[in-house]
Amino acid sequence: MIVIIDYKMGNTGSILNMLKKIGETAVISSDIKDINNADKLILPGVGSFDTGMNNINNSGLLDILNKKVLKEKTPILGICLGMQLFANKSEEGIKRGLGWIGGNVVKFKFKDNNLKIPHMGWNEIKIKKNDVLFKNIAEEPRFYFVHSYYFFCNDNNDVLATTNYGYDFASVVRKDNIRGVQFHPEKSHKYGMNLLKNFAQLC
Amino acid sequence: MLKIRVIPCLLLKDLGLVKTVKFTDPKYVGDPINAVKIFNDKEVDELIFLDIISTNKKRKPSFELLSRIASEAFMPFSYGGGLRSIEDVKRIMEIGVEKVVINTYAFENPEFIKEIADMFGSQSVVVSIDVKKNKENNYEVFVHSGQLGTKINPVDFAIKMEKIGAGEIFLNSIDRDGTMEGFDLELIKNVSSSVNIPVIVSGGAGKIEDFAKAVESGASAVAAGSFFVFVGPYRAVLINYPDKKELRKVLK
Repeated sequence: MIVIIDYKMGNTGSILNMLKKIGETAVISSDIKDINNADKLILPGVGSFDTGMNNINNSGLLDILNKKVLKEKTPILGICLGMQLFANKSEEGIKRGLGWIGGNVVKFKFKDNNLKIPHMGWNEIKIKKNDVLFKNIAEEPRFYFVHSYYFFCNDNNDVLATTNYGYDFASVVRKDNIRGVQFHPEKSHKYGMNLLKNFAQLC
Repeated sequence: MLKIRVIPCLLLKDLGLVKTVKFTDPKYVGDPINAVKIFNDKEVDELIFLDIISTNKKRKPSFELLSRIASEAFMPFSYGGGLRSIEDVKRIMEIGVEKVVINTYAFENPEFIKEIADMFGSQSVVVSIDVKKNKENNYEVFVHSGQLGTKINPVDFAIKMEKIGAGEIFLNSIDRDGTMEGFDLELIKNVSSSVNIPVIVSGGAGKIEDFAKAVESGASAVAAGSFFVFVGPYRAVLINYPDKKELRKVLK
């Protein structure tokens, strides 16, 4: 069973809708028992870094998440803010992140002001390292992004794919059982569907 | 690089889809769920749903219909119409809608935009600005589905909305709505050059080249109604969306 972690940070409904569409069983839950029994976890998230970390801490999920992810090596997929919370910290706030993948979350900075922030819309990914997430990926895959901050990994080996907006930034990251995507697969048509299917069936 | 978003804007009246001309004369064009399924197959960039009667009839959004739409919409989609409380916005977001579109209530109670932005982030709040040329031939913002003039200039209103927390502006020309005669490029230039947030433009698209002109005039994204639901000189109803390659050729 896949558990979509509910920590009051949005977009859980869309993820469940897409998982249903591809025939996977999933629940949206903040219940420690459900999370403990999960085969796979998805950490979604729309909103600010500190609110996200506060909500994880206040809902008492930190210990169970650390246990599942770091000790039991349960596969987890972070989406958008969910992925950013894997970092040590973020320029967006003052809270410590989960610290599961070495790196910091930083804001887009451009020399010229032609590019709007947030980076919003459809963009491509360039695969740097192969992964089961990319199995059967379509030609010219494109995904839907909405974000002002991105994950800057300490170790380049943790970057699975990059995307260009002004410059290249990490759009898919992985360390062992921990994977994160900056875009929204649940809103990215067949491209996102394929990625979620790979996560559900192959990770 | 980031691609220009090409967005069908679909109007809801009761439980059906309609299309208007200059904000009047809504004509039934089909079932919303069916339309979403077709737009899924066409891999449309994004969808905007606007309920055109909720605000005027003081009705709440049709949450049940929106849930059904959300369960089939595998692209980002926005909803506007009848949203006047943060609880309703929250409910809409939980259903799986990415963004809410606020029009009349942004004018009546601008603080509402700030409230939404504080709770869900600016990226989730779109302020829709309906514009018509008034008797003095000046651009003026209209609310209540284009029925009520505000005496406010769209540029001033857009700047104010950006300051208070809007993540995007949805700029609609009432005079061009449903005419398929091309966008009001002057209006697009005026507004998009005065704000830093993305401006989605709507009203008048009749051919794919119109989108390119709107982008040259400063639009960050282009939207249309008739263009995606009618074909041919007799406006036969047919949900359609241009091929990606065709779009990419025109929108560089």
